[in-house]
Amino acid sequence: MWKHHFWLERHSLLLVIGIIIVISIGGIVEISPLFYLESTIEKVQGVRPYTPLELAGRDVFISEGCVGCHSQMIRPLRDEVERYGHYSLAAESMYDHPFLWGSKRTGPDLARVGGKYSDGWQRDHLINPRAVVPESVMPPYAFLAKQDLDYHDIAAKLKTMKTLGVPYTADMITNAKADLEAQADDQVSGTALKKRYGQKINQRDFDGDPNRITKMDALIAYLQMLGTSVDFSTYQAGGDNNR
Amino acid sequence: MTAATADEGGAPFDAAIALVLTVFGALGALIVAALTKDPGFRVHAMIFTGAFTLASFALTAGLSSGGFKPDTSKYMDGVIKAGVIASMFWGVVGMLVGLTLASQLAWPNLFYFPDFGFLNFGRIRPLHTSAVIFAFGGNVLISTSFYVVQRTCKARLAGGLAPWFVFWGYQLFIILAATGYLMGITQSKEYAEPEWYVDLWLTIVWVAYLLVFLGTIWKRKEPHIYVANWFYLAFIVTIAVLHLVNNAALPVSFLSAKSYSAYSGVQDALIQWWYGHNAVGFFLTAGFLAIMYYFIPKRVERPVYSYRLSIVHFWALIFIYIWAGPHHLHYTALPQWAQTLGMTFSIMLWMPSWGGMINGVMTLSGAWDKLRTDPVVRMLVVSLAFYGMSTFEGPVMSVRTVNALSHYTDWGIGHVHSGSLGWVGYVSFGALYCMTPWLWRRERLYSDRLVEWHFWISTTGILLYISAMWVSGIMEGLMWREYTPEGFLAYSFVQTVEAKHVAYMVRALGGAMYLTGTVIMAYNLWRTIRGDVRQGETGVISVKPVPLGPALPAPMAAE
Repeated sequence: MWKHHFWLERHSLLLVIGIIIVISIGGIVEISPLFYLESTIEKVQGVRPYTPLELAGRDVFISEGCVGCHSQMIRPLRDEVERYGHYSLAAESMYDHPFLWGSKRTGPDLARVGGKYSDGWQRDHLINPRAVVPESVMPPYAFLAKQDLDYHDIAAKLKTMKTLGVPYTADMITNAKADLEAQADDQVSGTALKKRYGQKINQRDFDGDPNRITKMDALIAYLQMLGTSVDFSTYQAGGDNNR
Repeated sequence: MTAATADEGGAPFDAAIALVLTVFGALGALIVAALTKDPGFRVHAMIFTGAFTLASFALTAGLSSGGFKPDTSKYMDGVIKAGVIASMFWGVVGMLVGLTLASQLAWPNLFYFPDFGFLNFGRIRPLHTSAVIFAFGGNVLISTSFYVVQRTCKARLAGGLAPWFVFWGYQLFIILAATGYLMGITQSKEYAEPEWYVDLWLTIVWVAYLLVFLGTIWKRKEPHIYVANWFYLAFIVTIAVLHLVNNAALPVSFLSAKSYSAYSGVQDALIQWWYGHNAVGFFLTAGFLAIMYYFIPKRVERPVYSYRLSIVHFWALIFIYIWAGPHHLHYTALPQWAQTLGMTFSIMLWMPSWGGMINGVMTLSGAWDKLRTDPVVRMLVVSLAFYGMSTFEGPVMSVRTVNALSHYTDWGIGHVHSGSLGWVGYVSFGALYCMTPWLWRRERLYSDRLVEWHFWISTTGILLYISAMWVSGIMEGLMWREYTPEGFLAYSFVQTVEAKHVAYMVRALGGAMYLTGTVIMAYNLWRTIRGDVRQGETGVISVKPVPLGPALPAPMAAE
């Protein structure tokens, strides 16, 4: 047996091919079924694509590296379910390109933070975390309230997501900019926006500065919707909520 | 670049083509900079323009001065020397950023600046991980692999100027990644943060690296490919596969830095951790095991303990490692069978890991006295001790019930650092201490006593670091799940944050000590390069000269 290994030691291409075969097996066996299995591709009622403002807020979340300290994945353990809410379903992150489950909780899990705190609390906390929670070690994000949100390419972002399989309609893409502006302003009609994204979406001025749309508006809009899409008062795993 | 490029290199024909490419590259990047509306993307286009312009000047200077005539009687060592210097530089930078992060968590009022958002934890955390893993570790791997492949194949590096392209192209990748994080340009996938265009650039550099490495193997004058080169090959090939699959993404526009991952949710999660864990397995393990298989036998002048064990070690390690990723996703929405597979293979992985460690440690058979007399050997062997420790701890943490406690806590941070500071750091330091006198033709290091100082200060630092993280990680894990007798959660989240304050200070101290050790090493190596010897050093460890070129008999102590 050892003698035959000489072949690999003397022929670099055989060695490279051997390496590629050996390293491919595990990945193929583990990853490829996830694109077909019911439990990983099932759809659950209520899960919807992000509105343009929420998507922009999610991009701020990504850009600031929030995922380094905040997970968005509640495990089915007693203490986690009591602390954070219903355990996370695969379907709840089905439109998340990329996923933001995280791997560290230097801060608390955010999978269901939506609606737990007021916009004002979120804003004050982001501006100076220790003013609200003295023991916090979170960085201050005051600059988000001072920077205008750059959303010139929001329609292109929705279009990119659509190419990747997120069910944005042509209507949503055409009106992306208008929808983004409408969601951050409760003085305008939200009928069209809610027709496209559902009655439950939050429409208001999130950062307390109605004159402009800042990164803070977008980030709070995103935080306030996290984990709120599925109605867990009626959800049953394996039940007919799955559509 | 100019001076070094002129010394080394291939036929002027390559250089002429490279010159044309760099000029076109500079123009193309300039056009992109002018057209884009994305300020971060414009900065990066300008960096590309600057890099291509500098490269074209260097190539022009080299061509007009009649350089680029390869001296095939010699090994190509200039690029390795550059890699040694780059490793020292990025090591200090990356660890300094790490110390800053540790200080931010210990003293948030002192180390956060409300007006400088780019220095917030979230933005500099990937700067730290990329700087120590890819900038420090990557430069160590590239330079040692270029050193080892030439000596064990008795052949000069292939590809003319290509090794220099690999070196400078890789530094450009690091600069793009690092400046991107500071500007908020990130894909957010851990250890794969750079955006799509930086990923494409790295792909070009990495293919060139593979071709230089394989090309040198093809030129070899030894019939056998030495075991260290198997590990380097597995590292280069597998990282290429992982990089391409995990970074599949669609840019929002070709004039924008932003892209979205091709995968979503649970599929994206498993692909990411298949990538993430094998970045550990192939970048931080296979590559550095190659260093073990060359530098330990060379330094102690003994053959590798067991040839058969090295074969089993190699194939078992690379086969099993690739399955282990799902242990990062226990109790998540990933199907349980995938979690169980990940856990099972993680436990199995313990065996090849320790097989490799034993093969390295037992290479000292008959030379155990060197542990006492040669601090560089001690560093290399202690790296294996840490390797053994963290490859035992890893399988334990991959057990689902243990993971229920350890996941999301500081225990994970401690585990990573016992592997990275202890194993990757020490085996790299050992290799740098070996290579510097060899490459610069010095008879000895500037100071062996400074190596002793480095060793003891940084070892104490590691122990403080990992103990602090064990304490804080297990404590917070237990506090999160603690119930009062009435059946309520005993602690709010922020109480667990407060409880970690002391551990965070100890961790920062440990990190500061480790950084101090690295600075001592950089000083020691710098004086060695200058050719100095510290006054009053006794017990001189002389460094035997290594061959300069393939014409001379090559050292095959390791065979």
